Amino acid sequence: MGTYLDHAASTPMRAEAIEAMTPYLDAMYANPSGSHRFAREARKALDEARDLVAATLGCKPGEVVFTSGGTEGDNHAILGAVRRLGGVAVCPAAEHHAVLHCVEHVNGVVVRVNSVGTVDLDDLQRVLEEATDEQPITVVSVMAVNNEVGSITPMRDVARIVRKYAPNAILHTDAVQAACWVDLREITPLVDALSLSAHKFGGPKGVGVMVIKTGKNLEPLIFGGGQERDRRSGTHNVSGIIATAKALEVTDQTRAEETERVTKLRDRLVDEIRAQVDGVLETVPREHRVPGVAHLCFSGLENEALLFLLDQADVYASAASACASGAMEPSHVLEAMGIERSWSNGALRLSLGHTTTDAEIDLAVSAIVSAVNQLRR
Amino acid sequence: MKVLVAMSGGVDSSVAAAELKAAGHEVVGVTMRLWGGESDTGCCSVSDVDDARRVAQQLNIDHLVFNFSDDFDKHVVAPYVQAHVDGITPNPCIECNRHLKFDRLSERARLLGFDAVATGHHARIERDDEGTLRLTRGADDAKDQSYVVHMLDQAELAYTMFPVGHLTKAQVRERAVELGLRTATKPDSQDVCFISKTGGRETFLGNRIPFRKAEVVNEDGTPAGKVEALELVTIGQRKGLGIPGGGPKQYVVEVDTPNARVVIGEEASLYRNSVDVAQIIWSDSGDLERLMTTGDVLVQSSAHGAAVSATVEILGPDSLRIHWAQPQRRIAPGQSIVLYNTINSYVLAGGIACQDSTKVSVH
Repeated sequence: MGTYLDHAASTPMRAEAIEAMTPYLDAMYANPSGSHRFAREARKALDEARDLVAATLGCKPGEVVFTSGGTEGDNHAILGAVRRLGGVAVCPAAEHHAVLHCVEHVNGVVVRVNSVGTVDLDDLQRVLEEATDEQPITVVSVMAVNNEVGSITPMRDVARIVRKYAPNAILHTDAVQAACWVDLREITPLVDALSLSAHKFGGPKGVGVMVIKTGKNLEPLIFGGGQERDRRSGTHNVSGIIATAKALEVTDQTRAEETERVTKLRDRLVDEIRAQVDGVLETVPREHRVPGVAHLCFSGLENEALLFLLDQADVYASAASACASGAMEPSHVLEAMGIERSWSNGALRLSLGHTTTDAEIDLAVSAIVSAVNQLRR
Repeated sequence: MKVLVAMSGGVDSSVAAAELKAAGHEVVGVTMRLWGGESDTGCCSVSDVDDARRVAQQLNIDHLVFNFSDDFDKHVVAPYVQAHVDGITPNPCIECNRHLKFDRLSERARLLGFDAVATGHHARIERDDEGTLRLTRGADDAKDQSYVVHMLDQAELAYTMFPVGHLTKAQVRERAVELGLRTATKPDSQDVCFISKTGGRETFLGNRIPFRKAEVVNEDGTPAGKVEALELVTIGQRKGLGIPGGGPKQYVVEVDTPNARVVIGEEASLYRNSVDVAQIIWSDSGDLERLMTTGDVLVQSSAHGAAVSATVEILGPDSLRIHWAQPQRRIAPGQSIVLYNTINSYVLAGGIACQDSTKVSVH
């Protein structure tokens, strides 16, 4: 196994989560919606998982909806609001495509972002103020932490503006990249809906968590057996949900110490690279960024070439998002931030997490410095 | 050697990768993402990337995708559209080879430390007695692609490999079947990859440029009809000119773009004694001198056309006049023209047909 610096893409599962889910892949296979004793055992585990998730998020258990992942949560919030309430959806330009493409799909409004990649609060206010009674804004979706550059949105300010200028709108946040680094109890009370993805915090892929606050009605995306209080039909992914709850609990319990540890690693990574090569832009100042993300732009480089050399050196990182073919697309986030192509073509995201070690940072620094030197030769 | 093989998802490049691997090279496969728009024919659809990736997995080689769509737009699509506006024939596949496969890709391969770039083209690179690399026709006459890769000079030939050039197409497919490659029976791609079968060239161009109506006239200038889109008319064309049947067959003999006029005439009016060729790239610079002494060559002017005898008159370092041994149908300006040696085995040079060439007075 090489040096894994792509935690923002996916994290290794936490051992505690694997241990917790294993019985439910094997002996405890009943459908929790069943009416027999065996089913009730699965139901109990599911209910306990929901309580645990609610406690770490700071919401009521009945407000927790288990989904298939972050993308489903984002789709549910935006499409569900517009289908139920009509009106207009709003999001900033640097959102994940799971939000951005939904908003574009329903002909919503995209708001500018500032130079650190978070929503431009003045532009948000302008858009909300300009809405008409015929075309009211019914959902505003603003990510808590940007998935590419790691910038942290001041959600308190966002909530203040939305409550003042669009008091009837549903405020949703894609908090997928926040879970590891931000106490979600500080975000959940500010919003009406929130989406998480389990595999970004040591849980399994294919499971997500959504918070939908009591009294906030969204049209379901998936109809069927009426699970999750009619908000999300489909047999529960029992083992996945149990692992998710456990992973979230461990993440929550270790967040403070991990934040301190990973910040040091991240800062050393960036400082040592910058000490050894010129023409490096630290895309977002550290004070605006979560500990897990180091986003750098190398002038005059092409990230496909850089990633290939890092891959050859067993250092696993990423640049922007990939399209269906697997090709790198120019980053819409960096474009929205106003970063010139001569810099953004050489973008590199190094994302750290709960398994990242000092030794990995050493290997990464040496591989990156050598790759950059080769490409600039 | 460390070889980067361009894998389109077709059978030729799949077998090319397999041959390199079998020969003991360190092989990495790459699929270039070139066209970002709609396509149903193309080289870069997601399912073709899937095929390339699955073949690479089967061969146990790494597979990458490089996004060169900006370069493709700039060097292939935009010139293709502009050529139609200017009334000249575009060569999108040749321009893609020139600018993408053997420039952008090989430049990146060098940067990444590869020793060579390989493709699945049916052509061979052989060293002659004097040590010159010769871009030689592929072993399969019917599939030879030396014409479309004619632009490679000595330095580029030295960095290029065509691992299936010595095989016939049937042999390539046999190898693919033996290896159990999923691309073994995949049909050859025929069309321009960014033009969809459903919409065709007309829709593609119509979305990008305004079509100009044009009058169709006889060679004496008398009106003969009208066409809706001058940009879609090609020299030698017979159909779609809005002229009544009966009488001798009428061909487009001239597309007069500045005056929006299409001139039609009988087949004899299409014949020429010579054609001027510009933007010549010499496979080996020594051939320029040799041709100044004896100018005999064979000339191929379309991807699968026959090579015909001619004599070359050198006009400058990158331009020449071809005097046909027998009058030939006029070659549309913009068309790629490739010179071969007199025994038709390897490429000497290639270039672009110029705007005019004098008509044959008596046929």
